[in-house]
Amino acid sequence: MSLLNPVWTSLLYLVAAVFFILALRGLSSPRTARRGNLIGALGALIGVVTVFLSAQLDNVPWILGAIVVGSAVAAPVARGVKMTQMPQLVAAFNGVGGGAAALVALLELSHAGDPWVRLAIVFTLLIGAVSFAGSGVTFAKLQELMTTRPVVFRGLPVVMAAVLLAAVAAAVVVVFTGSLPLALLLLVLGLAAGILLVLPVGGADVPIVISLLNAFTGLAVAASGVVLGNVLLVVAGTLVGASGTILTRAMAAAMGRSVAGILFGAFRGGSTAGSTAVSERPVRSSSAEDVAVLLGYAQRVIIVPGYGLAVAQGQHTAAELALALESRGIEVDFAIHPVAGRMPGHMNVLLAEANVPYESLKEMGEINPEFKTADVALVVGANDVVNPAAKTSSGSPIYGMPILEVADARQVVFLKRSMRPGFAGIENDLLYEPQTSLLFGDAKDSLAQVLGAVKAL
Amino acid sequence: MDGMSLLTITVLAVFVGFEVVSKVSSTLHTPLMSGANAIHGIILVGAIIVAGQAADPWVLAVALLAVVLATANLVGGFVVTDRMLHMFHARKAAGTKQAARKADGK
Repeated sequence: MSLLNPVWTSLLYLVAAVFFILALRGLSSPRTARRGNLIGALGALIGVVTVFLSAQLDNVPWILGAIVVGSAVAAPVARGVKMTQMPQLVAAFNGVGGGAAALVALLELSHAGDPWVRLAIVFTLLIGAVSFAGSGVTFAKLQELMTTRPVVFRGLPVVMAAVLLAAVAAAVVVVFTGSLPLALLLLVLGLAAGILLVLPVGGADVPIVISLLNAFTGLAVAASGVVLGNVLLVVAGTLVGASGTILTRAMAAAMGRSVAGILFGAFRGGSTAGSTAVSERPVRSSSAEDVAVLLGYAQRVIIVPGYGLAVAQGQHTAAELALALESRGIEVDFAIHPVAGRMPGHMNVLLAEANVPYESLKEMGEINPEFKTADVALVVGANDVVNPAAKTSSGSPIYGMPILEVADARQVVFLKRSMRPGFAGIENDLLYEPQTSLLFGDAKDSLAQVLGAVKAL
Repeated sequence: MDGMSLLTITVLAVFVGFEVVSKVSSTLHTPLMSGANAIHGIILVGAIIVAGQAADPWVLAVALLAVVLATANLVGGFVVTDRMLHMFHARKAAGTKQAARKADGK
């Protein structure tokens, strides 16, 4: 079915590519984000329809069937997923995209006569496989199918180096000979490299790796576009590769990390591995009723939600508590650290889902000067993002990370599961300060108790 | 398309990619990552081309697997991003509701 001549085909691909650019630009601003995403979807639809109308295709019923199967699997999952599980779903979708690119490149090998095309093929194979396997490990970590701590073993750098060297050797042979068995070996080596790349990354750094692998998949798709001579794939893949790189760096910067430090920190035996050491110093532990009194007779309360709140699914209870306090005439704000939650920007999504109004969500730069005027800072399931060690102790793994200045508030209340340190594995001196009190327990349960006590005041 | 044109397009696309997201606020990092993730699902076009040329049943099977995976990336990615952004949209309504409740003195 070649209904479209090459000129129309190219024009329609150009329209789709422009839509992708507009989509990314739209997604960069809150006002236009949703429209941007829809424009992107429209661009994708134009691209897919165009390929059906322009290329000489066999097996069309099979292809349509496969598209139905893929949609039938993905759409319900995407609709039903809990907002807290968003990061692992993004990882999974990213992984299957990388896998698809690798398979496309593998099948094109037999058609490729030119060594340059085979160079693009080995690139797609390797990067696509790294992205697929790496995303798989990230998914397992976030879904807690395996430990979220960095996994390192003796000789890991050596094994990684050996895998990469073998991959380069296999790639060179494939470029010159087009050997299918070696291409399969390259695929396996890519999978191994992906696993080894992500295993040593722990905890809060995992989301940044998703973003990096997202950029990788973009590059693989761009290279597969070179293989197929398809401009749309080249443009779309390159766009994602470039914007993904910027985004990865922005996320890392928000955590005061470098991307290289995240990937290779554990290789060097760096401090991101953390510890579970618990200090013997005394803390002031408090009851839900005490916390309710503190909050209920304050004039200004700032709530600092963190990862623990997301895990406990406590965002709705937190929103209710804010409402209850506001009905007593108390000014309540949520202070959102750029990396609160499981992924940068994740906490904004969770609180938006819980119907916390936009005006109450304050970004770090805006809220930090206001802690001085707050009577109570209520820290729910956050630790590293309020740890003064980021400012004061230059040896600390989080040194340099911008933090929320909760120590400036008159009273600080931590709702925590236990005295265990946060992801960075370092103690928080703020916990032992005289103005600090702690309420131990699951974030959601604690919030519910405090909420009940506030209502009873 | 010749190699030089492809290279030109690629280099220009790199700069466009850098430029369009350079000023994104941290609030939107998650949706932007998810949206970019959906866009590379366009590898579906490549998978369709490969499947449409397949003569051997094994090649067809692998190509159809690629079509399924790419569709999951594309469709799932856009749907989940839309859901996320829908919630951002909803907060305005919630704000006015709360303001109304405040005005009622409840």
